[in-house]
Amino acid sequence: MTIRLEPRVDVPRWLSPLTTVAAIALALVLSGLIIAIVGGDPVRSYLHILNAAFGSVGVLSDTLVKATPLLLTGLSCALAFRMRLWNIGAEGQFLLGAWGASAVVLAPLLPQGTPGIVVIPAMMLAGAAAGAAWGLIPGILRAILGVNEIITTLMLNYVALFWVQFWVFGPWSEGGFQQTEKFPPEAWLPRLSDFASSVPAFGGLTVHLGLLFGIVAAGIAWVALERSRWGYEIRLIGDSPAAARYAGIDLKRNIIIVFAVSGALAGLAGMSEVSGVVQRLQDRISPGYGFTAIIIAYLARFDPLKVIVASVLFGALILAGREIQPSGVPAMIQGVILFSLILAEVFVRYRVRFERRAVAA
Amino acid sequence: MDFSLILAAGIATGTVLLFAAVGEIFAERAGVLNLGVEGMMLIGAVAGFSTAVSTGNAWLGLVLAMLAGGLISLLHAVMTIHFRADQVVSGLALTFLGSGLARVLGEGLSNAGATALLPTLTIPILSEIPVAGPILFRNQSVLVYVGYLLVPIAWFWINRTRPGLHLRAVGESPAAADAQGIGVYRLRYMYVLVGGLLAGLAGATITLATSPGWFSEQTTNGRGWIAVGLVIFAQWSPIRAAIGAYLFGAISRVILDIQGVPAILGVTNPFQAGRSATFFLEMLPYLLVILVVLLGSREAARRRIGAPAALGTPYVRGERGV
Repeated sequence: MTIRLEPRVDVPRWLSPLTTVAAIALALVLSGLIIAIVGGDPVRSYLHILNAAFGSVGVLSDTLVKATPLLLTGLSCALAFRMRLWNIGAEGQFLLGAWGASAVVLAPLLPQGTPGIVVIPAMMLAGAAAGAAWGLIPGILRAILGVNEIITTLMLNYVALFWVQFWVFGPWSEGGFQQTEKFPPEAWLPRLSDFASSVPAFGGLTVHLGLLFGIVAAGIAWVALERSRWGYEIRLIGDSPAAARYAGIDLKRNIIIVFAVSGALAGLAGMSEVSGVVQRLQDRISPGYGFTAIIIAYLARFDPLKVIVASVLFGALILAGREIQPSGVPAMIQGVILFSLILAEVFVRYRVRFERRAVAA
Repeated sequence: MDFSLILAAGIATGTVLLFAAVGEIFAERAGVLNLGVEGMMLIGAVAGFSTAVSTGNAWLGLVLAMLAGGLISLLHAVMTIHFRADQVVSGLALTFLGSGLARVLGEGLSNAGATALLPTLTIPILSEIPVAGPILFRNQSVLVYVGYLLVPIAWFWINRTRPGLHLRAVGESPAAADAQGIGVYRLRYMYVLVGGLLAGLAGATITLATSPGWFSEQTTNGRGWIAVGLVIFAQWSPIRAAIGAYLFGAISRVILDIQGVPAILGVTNPFQAGRSATFFLEMLPYLLVILVVLLGSREAARRRIGAPAALGTPYVRGERGV
């Protein structure tokens, strides 16, 4: 028997969402099998994830907190991937963003006692700028010298990790621990719980303003990609670089711009995490948000609005997955999901036929 | 610091990169980019180590490590060769899956303590050669010698044999190879598998020889990716890959050893372990990869050579392609 793939001429509208759902279902079944093989209880693990991520308003809020950095880094990847630029460096750009935002408070770039209305925008700007700068390095190398961006972005992730470790261990260390002192309250992004005095229902809810940054960024990214001339250029480059070149689109310029914007989004995610969640810079600030972002972007098929939904799903997985044993399970599920998505993509692009090996005609 | 000891250790460390890079060269020469090296190495590392811990037999661990790396590489092969999936995304997925699975399988192994290791050998006459002898042939792991043999064999196989010619044809011009009656799919599967076997071997080289133990993802710490970068620097040549791998091995050993010295020539060593400047030292290998990939790309552009022409593209019989 042979498998034949025939390219589909027109793809039915329902097919793509259906295969995505099927892919996730397949991934859950496969991961469940692996969990069972290594001696766990898949049903209990999944029920635990559901309960620990969506079971109450409180945990739902925690899920959204986890989804926030994923949303921003997911947008970062989606934008780059749409142009078929493999920015695998959202993790490093996230870390640089966290560092840049922290520098505003710790260097300090602004004098102590500056009101929050100034400090927060300055941190956003510094975080986005540091992330953009980190993205520009592979961007410029790729655009001007043709250096493979997959390797450079990946290597810069490690460099960024050591860069942050240097600062939290050295100049900014709080008493020798691998963390800085806690930021002053002016540098904290407002949380829902801050308004509990006027709206009692908000008590204990940790959702912070970073989520709004993410949603607004997703909206802007969608308009820019789908409704602007620039977005059309990006999509054309992604779909057919040769056609884009004939159309006179400046490839190098767009590579550099996309890397800068992509890095800025991931940098903003880092800012939102230090300012909205941890309120200090510390080692191991990211459990791999920038890598999960790659899968989120792929799950959302590079559509900024769908990135919002996908990041909530993965936020749940990361939040609830922390307590699941063995500890590698969430990472493994992510890998299985990505493989299932690739497989789903095959069914969208091709009509798959199974044929008996026919006698040669 | 005894320089020849550092270099000898560097050779051993470089052997890890050597296996992974040569494996990737085989896959890429056949036209399949496999970015899953890091994941395959971790799978090999954990399979080898856990087998050695539970059976006390390091050789059995080595075999299972290679099989595990090879087995998981077939997933990438099916996805990219038969299903024509994007090789970049499938390779990333393999790395995610491999590292996650390795962590699941390695649960509790970090405290496994000492285990059986592969033996070290001293080659009688060769180790007496002045300077080079003690570095290359004294008390090295048996896998280091496997590495010495692998490089010329790989070079000879690719450049001087008929199967090697077929391999290159499949990577450069699969349509022409197909017309010659060469089984494009079959060869691509085979060389992706070879890449997986060697990545598994690379992983086991870490856990069973050069730095025994299981430290979760820190076991490889990005060395799979460094190997992928080395392939670009090596211009898909096993010999240049070996030079790069040993060089990187030596550099990472020096970086490690510098941290153990309190003072250099009377000056306080800012990079002594525990001081914050060590983090800049730790960055060096990763920055160096960027540099060598940059140099490799420039050289490829200048000499108008480069990646196998069909690298990254699926082959579909009857379709116009490269």
